[in-house]
Parts: sequence; C-alpha cells; structure tokens
Amino acid sequence: MTKQIDEGLRSELQKRGVWVTSTQELYNWGRRNSIWPLQFGLACCAIEMIATAASRYDLARFGGEVFRPSPRQADLMIVAGTVTKKMAPQIVRLYNQMPDPKYVISMGACAISGGPFKQGYNVLKGIDRYIPVDVYIPGCPPRPEALLHAFMELQRKIADQQLTGDNKAAHLNRAQPSEFPVPAFGAHDLEPPSNPDVFRPPKLERT
Amino acid sequence: MTPDPYFFLVIFAGVALIFPVMPLGVAWIWRRFLQPPKPGPQKNATYECGMESLGEAQVQFQSQYYLYCIIFLIFDVEAIFLVPFAVAFTGLPLGAFIAILVFLLLLLEGLVWAWSKGCLDWAGMRKGAR
Repeated sequence: MTKQIDEGLRSELQKRGVWVTSTQELYNWGRRNSIWPLQFGLACCAIEMIATAASRYDLARFGGEVFRPSPRQADLMIVAGTVTKKMAPQIVRLYNQMPDPKYVISMGACAISGGPFKQGYNVLKGIDRYIPVDVYIPGCPPRPEALLHAFMELQRKIADQQLTGDNKAAHLNRAQPSEFPVPAFGAHDLEPPSNPDVFRPPKLERT
Repeated sequence: MTPDPYFFLVIFAGVALIFPVMPLGVAWIWRRFLQPPKPGPQKNATYECGMESLGEAQVQFQSQYYLYCIIFLIFDVEAIFLVPFAVAFTGLPLGAFIAILVFLLLLLEGLVWAWSKGCLDWAGMRKGAR
C-alpha cells in the first residue's frame, strides 16, 4: 500500500493536534507492541531469555513479557538453544500449532547452525531447515541485549509488513503455508534432513 | 416529563452489552474479510506440549489407586503421632504406653483387614480376594 498522505502534510497536521494514520499502520503498531512469545527454552540460551524477561533487562518495555505456555496464544517462537534431532519434530509441531501471524527468532549459534555441536551426530544443524526464521541472533549464548535487539528488529519487520498488494505479509497470503511438514525419526537422521521449501542455504563458492 | 428514575439502568445495560460486543464484532469482521484462516490437521490437533496426543482424553482410572492413597494417608498420619511418642518414650507412664499400643494395634488390624481384602494388590495383579 502506498502512502496515501503526504509526509509533510502529516507532520503539519500533527503539530496542529490532528493525528492521521492508515489501517495498516494502526494494525502493525498494535501487533508489534504486543508480541507474545512462546514459553519455550531448550538450553543455556533459555537462561538468557529468562534474564531478558526478568526485571533487569525487562522485555516488558517492548510488549513481549507475556510468555505463553501454550502455542495457541503465542505470536513468537524464540528457539533458544540446541535443537537436538530428538526435539526437532516437537518444535516444528509447536510452530505448526501457533496461530498466524507467527514469527521465529533463532537464538544463539546452536539454533542457527548447530553451533559447537555442529559435528555431533544428534544435533540439528539449524532450525531453519524446517521452519522459516525471521531473525537470527549470533552468540553462545547471546546476551540479553542481543535478544532485545532481535526483538526490536522483529518489531521493525512487523512495522514494514504490507496488508495488501503483491508483497503482503505471509499470514495474509492464502498461498503461503501455515504448517510445515514435521520430520520423522529415520534410521540415521531425521527424514527428510531438511525441508527444501524452507531451507535455501547460500551456495559457497571456493576459489 | 421527568424520566423514570430507573432509566439509567437501561442505559447501563445497553452500554454493558455494546461495550464487549463491539470489539468482538470488529474482530470478527477483521477475521472474516482481511485475514484468511489457515486451519490444518496439526494446527487443529490437541495441544500436547509438541507431542502427538495418544488415545482419548476421557480415560478411566482404577479406583484401586484411591484405596492405596487412603491407606498411605492413614499410616502417614500415624507416623506423625509416633514421632512425639518416640521422643518422650522414656518419660511416659504405663497408661500412655498402653494407649499408644492400642492405637497402633487398631491401625495394624486395619492394615491386616485391608491386606486380606486385597487392597494392597494392584488392580488385576492377583486374581480373587476382592
């Protein structure tokens, strides 16, 4: 949706005490200031997530303090920690059970790529193999400030989402899936090892 | 003509009705026209902490468990009575000693009775004696 109102006129009106907005801005403003995360921790990153929600770092300033114990009420999944292959199907199932619109923060080296356990036999090499990730935070574990930064990045992302047009948000697009296939335990690895519709790793070219 | 003194109650009732119904209506309209619902077999599945749910929710529990709990509770309380008895044992008169023995024998008799009735057997583990 293009901006219907001229920015100059808008700030002029605001000085006179008239506040003009669009449905999209109002909708996104409401959504981005009440992101409820799923109460879901996997490893040591979860401790940092707890610290972020506690009083010192106070995630409540950004409207994200309401950690929900059920995916039915959650908007955001913070994949905080090492995703073992045993746990991956449960994570995908929890993600599938969250209502749209839903977002994922991949917190820490393990959730991004397997981190220090990348060479291990039982650790998933990144949760983005199965579910779409919105924000990645590097770190082992990332400090609470890093999680706050990721949260603010997510807020910016939500603020930019379109309600109409070709670029509209995924949850408004009928063609975009809301559920992703849950991997099954195979003989040696999860089957499939990654979801090709979601996981598109960059091609490394060695020269 | 002055309005009825109870007229404000009608206004209150109206506001009380409109106030919750209006946001619900707006949310419904928003969902109906702007947000395509995306149900699916997993999204609609029973929430079981990420696991696949097994069986029915309305399963039957054995009443045996209840009997077991009651017997445990009685002897749990008995232990609480026995501690002060044991602490003051050397200074007790004979009457108090006999009183606590009677108390213990009564409970012991109850235990023997429960045992003979098969209350201590887990359901279906031992046939008969029920």
